[in-house]
Amino acid sequence: MSSTKVIHAIYNDDDILMDAVKQTKKAHHHIEEVFTPFPVHGLDKAMGIPPTRLAICAFIYGCIGLTVATVMMNYIMIEDWPQDIGGKPSFAYYQNMPAFVPVMFEMTVFFAAHLMVITFYMRSKLWPFKQAENPDVRTTDDHFLMEVSVNNNEDELVKFFQNTGAVEVKVVEKH
Amino acid sequence: MYTFSSKLKTLSLVLMLVGVLGIGYGFFTAPKTIQDVETILAADSHGHGDSHDSHAVEKHDAKAEAAHKEHLEHVLHQLQNKPWAALYVACLFVMLISLGALAFYAIQQVAQAGWSPVLFRVMQGVTSYLLPGSIIFFVLLLCSGFHLNHLFVWMNDGVTEVGHENYDHLIAGKSGYLNFPFWIIRAILFLTVWNLYRHYSRKNCLAQDESNDNSFYKKNFKLSAAFLVFFIVSESIMAWDWIMSVDPHWFSTLFGWYVFASFFVSGITAIQMVTIYLKSKGYLENVNSSHIHDLSKFMFGISVFWTYLWFSQFMLIWYSNIPEEVTYFKTRIEHFNLPFFGAVVLNFIFPILLLINTDFKRVFWIIVMAGIIILFGHYVDFFNMIMPATVGDRWFIGIPEIASILFFVGLFIYVVFTALTKAPLVPKRNPFIEESKHFHY
Repeated sequence: MSSTKVIHAIYNDDDILMDAVKQTKKAHHHIEEVFTPFPVHGLDKAMGIPPTRLAICAFIYGCIGLTVATVMMNYIMIEDWPQDIGGKPSFAYYQNMPAFVPVMFEMTVFFAAHLMVITFYMRSKLWPFKQAENPDVRTTDDHFLMEVSVNNNEDELVKFFQNTGAVEVKVVEKH
Repeated sequence: MYTFSSKLKTLSLVLMLVGVLGIGYGFFTAPKTIQDVETILAADSHGHGDSHDSHAVEKHDAKAEAAHKEHLEHVLHQLQNKPWAALYVACLFVMLISLGALAFYAIQQVAQAGWSPVLFRVMQGVTSYLLPGSIIFFVLLLCSGFHLNHLFVWMNDGVTEVGHENYDHLIAGKSGYLNFPFWIIRAILFLTVWNLYRHYSRKNCLAQDESNDNSFYKKNFKLSAAFLVFFIVSESIMAWDWIMSVDPHWFSTLFGWYVFASFFVSGITAIQMVTIYLKSKGYLENVNSSHIHDLSKFMFGISVFWTYLWFSQFMLIWYSNIPEEVTYFKTRIEHFNLPFFGAVVLNFIFPILLLINTDFKRVFWIIVMAGIIILFGHYVDFFNMIMPATVGDRWFIGIPEIASILFFVGLFIYVVFTALTKAPLVPKRNPFIEESKHFHY
């Protein structure tokens, strides 16, 4: 059974953190996670995280919203009860389409926005009453924390991170 | 320094030559008299094999004779307008492209954009067409004013004279605004101020290169801010004068912005195309894919903005369906169905599908394709604005139309790339130039 220990290397500057991440990647240590109080530009690239596909999701959701709006209004206004309301032509969908466009547009945006946000919450496992996973309270304020797994090379790792400008290096049992 | 490649120079000269020949052909083949029109209509009706032959069998009472003559005169005017309108649309459109680029350039100055200073010289190149373009356009306006054509109905003799056979009550009511002297003075004012801004802004930009402080930069900032205020007012009035007044019975409040969106996106697209051309020839070492990406975003965003205004104008009028407003769209949907709705496909559907993807916004061939579609689409847009009132159902994109556009595109290429050889392609002492060189998105 492999060790359940991890290293917590704590930094107090995002530039030093970025350098440390690059060195760690170069030394082929596996970065489990990095905790920062704010978005650090370029961190995802330095860590080698693949780009997000949320935008593609949003595009698909938008298409679904457009379809829902079209099918709904075609059924209600054209097929189910095609009344003459103020002389607007309800013989075919395209004949009355300009009147439907505002709804089609809003439904597209509504679906794209809300479903994308919900997708984001689900993928990043965020919901009310969720137990916070913060390893160190200072990371929400002014400290940066890199978590690296330990594979029987504890001393070597501690030394390595002390050289990367960490203000604090801890070995903790992962729970 | 850029050197005008001889290949491109030859291309532009060939375009101009072909254009001139085609324009001449258009004028040469336009009917001169009512007899010409009668033969054209007779040839037409042989093709259809219907209504006109039955006319001969009908009893020719005096009233029908007069109506027939009036119809012939109407068609004669439309056919005589055809080469003029073709020239007018192409001239106006290409001139407004450089005006759109000028507005974009002024906005970049005033917004203190950190990404665009490496593109300022390219923008100045594109706007250099404004001077020759507006001179030719002004001559065309004078031609209309001196009754060489019938593009503007409100200029006809006697439209404002009570009792005259051409008397038009509605136009007479607008004659305080729509009269030739006032109209041409407005044109002179707008064209002059736009060209003055373009001249001094370029001069200051070049002077800033050799200066020791930022005084010329600050001068340009103030100048650009003042220009933008003047521009938004003059642009709206320009749209009423040169475009909306071909339909003097019709009016629309958001027309000015709609026209603006149309040529603004074309201007940005023109900047993008010239940038990509120069980049691919290796002249713009500081321009990276992030600059291209930003311009693509503008092309995308303003295309959607144009669609928003197009639809708002159309939908408001369609929905309320007031007869005095709706005829504008009735004639377009009846006689210009394909160009009218085709313009929406070209200017909205294609750009939104091609340019929505972040990676595509950096791929040269996709941007060039989208750019060609956008420029063609907005030509069609201007075609839709002018043609229904000037040539009506006699429209066709034939030799006069294509030749006119070829001539002005050739002239545009010639003027723009000549101007680009006149100054280094990178401004030296712009306060934002370092940021711009390292712009990364």
